[in-house]
Amino acid sequence: MAASSRGQVLDLYRAMLRESKHFNNYNYRTYAIRRIRDAFRENKNVKDPVEIQTLVNKAKRDLEIIRRQVHISQLYSTDKLVIENQEESRT
Amino acid sequence: MLLRVAWRRAAVALTAAPVSKSGVPIRGLRVRVVDHAVQSSVPSDTAPAPEAESVLRPLYMDVQATTPLDPRVLDAMLPYLVNYYGNPHSRTHAYGWESEAAMEHARQQVASLIGADSREIIFTSGATESNNIAIKELEAAIQPDTSLVSVMTVNNEIGVKQPIAEIGRICSSRKVYFHTDAAQAVGKIPLDVNNLKIDLMSISGHKIYGPKGVGAIYVRRRPRVRVEALQSGGGQERGLRSGTVPTPLVVGLGAACEVAQQEMEYDHERISKLAEQLTQKIMNSLPDVVMNGDPEHHYPGCINLSFAYVEGESLLMALKDVALSSGSACTSASLEPSYVLRAIGTDEDLAHSSIRFGIGRFTTEEEVDYTVEKCIQHVKRLREMSPLWEMVQDGIDLKSIQWTQH
Repeated sequence: MAASSRGQVLDLYRAMLRESKHFNNYNYRTYAIRRIRDAFRENKNVKDPVEIQTLVNKAKRDLEIIRRQVHISQLYSTDKLVIENQEESRT
Repeated sequence: MLLRVAWRRAAVALTAAPVSKSGVPIRGLRVRVVDHAVQSSVPSDTAPAPEAESVLRPLYMDVQATTPLDPRVLDAMLPYLVNYYGNPHSRTHAYGWESEAAMEHARQQVASLIGADSREIIFTSGATESNNIAIKELEAAIQPDTSLVSVMTVNNEIGVKQPIAEIGRICSSRKVYFHTDAAQAVGKIPLDVNNLKIDLMSISGHKIYGPKGVGAIYVRRRPRVRVEALQSGGGQERGLRSGTVPTPLVVGLGAACEVAQQEMEYDHERISKLAEQLTQKIMNSLPDVVMNGDPEHHYPGCINLSFAYVEGESLLMALKDVALSSGSACTSASLEPSYVLRAIGTDEDLAHSSIRFGIGRFTTEEEVDYTVEKCIQHVKRLREMSPLWEMVQDGIDLKSIQWTQH
């Protein structure tokens, strides 16, 4: 099986960020976006294809976790935090 | 059918976009009441009106009291709350086997975080129960000179880290059992029960982004540490803690431990940075602020500050948009100042002026900035109102005042 290409990794990165933006909970949303960015940045220089594949597989599993938890967070949504009206930034 | 109609209406009411009468949202918390009453047989048009005001929730800065579930933990637990509901002690069918497998996997996850063997982990209902089991061991001691040293790893009020390695070494050389309540430390700072020579350790689920109602006790096997069971029954958990092990909760605890192991370094670095920001900004903007606790041996996520000439409770009430505490949650009902602050020699009046800021995995820089801003604003305002502050500004030494009765 061919190792994941740079394009596939970027697609995965974008998919994870896109999904994370839908968390209803401010703290989960900001954490997911921040953590995904930092994790991909931290691993951007990994060269070993086996290691890359392991990381990609873990990311795919994490994407599924994010999808499910985003859905649940929307089902059990509640009011925004005091800080959310002031800044619409989602970083 | 009618019940479903009532339910749907209630669900719409609860999730409807909040509409404010005046357009101004209210700060506070909405109390959710789940209405189970079977409505009258006629679906009435006078269903409870949806709340007309929108409510903004305060920021959560009280992680020492409890932590939110990490989404990865909830994700691990849910299957065991939906389909995999077997009793892990049922030996005769797949429901039992899959539940048992999950329980043992969780046990290994907890053990791995603290460098223990999974046979040394007993699941309990929380760190409090674990502490009681460990202390009871003292009563079960067989030799007259056997004793137990019990120390918190990280203090929950001021964040001080105890010199566990040194204590462990001393206890080991004197053949004294060493127990530590690691509720605030597990998953946040590296802990290895063998390096630190720990014999007994209490672990709490809800302090490490896991579920409430579950914990564990680590009991060393080599050399064997004997503990006595607090609750007796069916002999589960090697006879040390009878009662059906709650699979969904222990799966959550295990997942929380695994996530903590992976995220420990990242979290610690980020929390340290945010803690530095919070302390620096406050102390640079306000005079007469004291940080309680040894700054060198300190866990960064727990910051306890005393604001002189301001009453702690009134500052807490003023900071109603931020969830904070002035001491440990377990003693918050009493009005006495913290025993911890008293023990480190804090002046009585400063002890009444202390606030504890908790920074955790999910705390953002924006939340810290907001908290700092509000804190500075309200401390200034409260000090303006304080006659003591006025006297200090006039150069009067408060300690020289003779207070008289009226």
